[in-house]
Amino acid sequence: MDHEATTDEPQPDSVTDAPASATATATRELGEPLVELSGVNKHFGALHVLRDIDLTVRKGEVLVVIGPSGSGKSTLCRAINRLETIDDGTITIDGQPMPAEGKGLARLRADVGMVFQSFNLFAHKTVLDNVTLGPRKVRGLSKKAAEDQARTLLDRVGVGNQAHKMPAQLSGGQQQRVAIARALAMNPKVMLFDEPTSALDPEMVNEVLDVMVALAREGMTMIVVTHEMGFARKAADRVVFMADGLLVEQAHPEEFFTAPKSDRARDFLSKILTH
Amino acid sequence: MDDYLAGFTELFSRYDVVGAFWVNIQLTFWAGLIALAVGTLLALMRISPVASLRLTGTSYVTIFRNTPLTIIITFMVLVVWTQLTVTLAPDFNANFFWLAVVGLAVYHAAFVCEAIRSGVNTVPVGQAEAARAIGLPFLAAARLVILPQAFRGSVAPLGNTLIALLKNSTVAAAGSVATETASTMKVMIEFSPNHLYAIFFIFAMGYVILVIPIGLATTWLSDRLAVKR
Repeated sequence: MDHEATTDEPQPDSVTDAPASATATATRELGEPLVELSGVNKHFGALHVLRDIDLTVRKGEVLVVIGPSGSGKSTLCRAINRLETIDDGTITIDGQPMPAEGKGLARLRADVGMVFQSFNLFAHKTVLDNVTLGPRKVRGLSKKAAEDQARTLLDRVGVGNQAHKMPAQLSGGQQQRVAIARALAMNPKVMLFDEPTSALDPEMVNEVLDVMVALAREGMTMIVVTHEMGFARKAADRVVFMADGLLVEQAHPEEFFTAPKSDRARDFLSKILTH
Repeated sequence: MDDYLAGFTELFSRYDVVGAFWVNIQLTFWAGLIALAVGTLLALMRISPVASLRLTGTSYVTIFRNTPLTIIITFMVLVVWTQLTVTLAPDFNANFFWLAVVGLAVYHAAFVCEAIRSGVNTVPVGQAEAARAIGLPFLAAARLVILPQAFRGSVAPLGNTLIALLKNSTVAAAGSVATETASTMKVMIEFSPNHLYAIFFIFAMGYVILVIPIGLATTWLSDRLAVKR
């Protein structure tokens, strides 16, 4: 909430002169480091999908990860709540290292919201039950409290009138907004978005992006893997460009899109922006 | 012809044919119930993240699915009861009944496990990931998200297992359950050999009549319960 004023303020002057790592913090006041990756490596067989990744995301920061397919950006996102294991390196959430398994891992995952490309709503449960399941079974909320909270969240993402439908009866855009509400219901410290609009029909992309922009304005810490450059420009504090498992470049979105430093980024942007 | 028909109807008054089928239905009911519980537990073990549990589940299925049922049933009587003196009921005949139930249950649990696992395969991996992502531990995710959908996807193979179980319940004859259909049929052939064809017909038809509704019900349930994606 307290970031709302600063987000809208364009600060181009301070951005262009400052070094890449400093620009992100220049746009708005960011808190303590919340998600920290250091020396993270991962192989899929012979393929080295994450190479020595060091990355820090601060409280309230909106980080957009872009890159060609196969660059490791989805793997990076999924590794943060350990849907993918890592070979070495450390990942900490709010100072706590991610446990390998068990109750500790489940507890930490509850604090990390995840939105998937394919929505993954629980297919046998109503929209309302999808949103109340975590709060009731993990957080121990009463049915009443969980449903009240769920209705507020569903209203907020604009699908309040769909509460009693099954996921299959909803459009893709509606399903993804329910998925965002389901993740928010856990009061997460950080939200991960793994290509949230890639499986959507074009006309439904904006309704999901609007919800995400609103979330960013409210000060939610977000890590977003996406190809939506409009979203990156509008809401991101920092853009990270990945290629071949490497974190190639990071910069303020405006700076990255107008004057990318690396050849790989220039090449990538020329392919996606020139048609 | 009239004589033959009179002899045919006499079969039903001389021998308790309906009672024999009732014994097989009871064997099937109790064995099915236990097999469903054990089979679900085995399926959980086989999809669990703990390697030793997976190994245990896989070993169970490999051993019991590949052992002839007759051997398991005679093992129950000749080893479990006679040698190990495990008695499941004070009544002599009831004891054989429950030994047969346990034998049928441990055998069919392996098939129930595989039927449920085939149902688990109908659940997209994203469902489990979403369950883990909201912080549900393995058992809660299995109970609340995976198994409810897996059961709906395994109605048809579970129905097949139930049909097999009903017919396999006649193997209880090898475990000294004297009142069930296979034993009754043997007695009838011995004492009314002139009605040989009729006797075979009665038991074959009896099972057809019992099995057809199970097949229809599972097909209907399978369509009705299918998870829409």
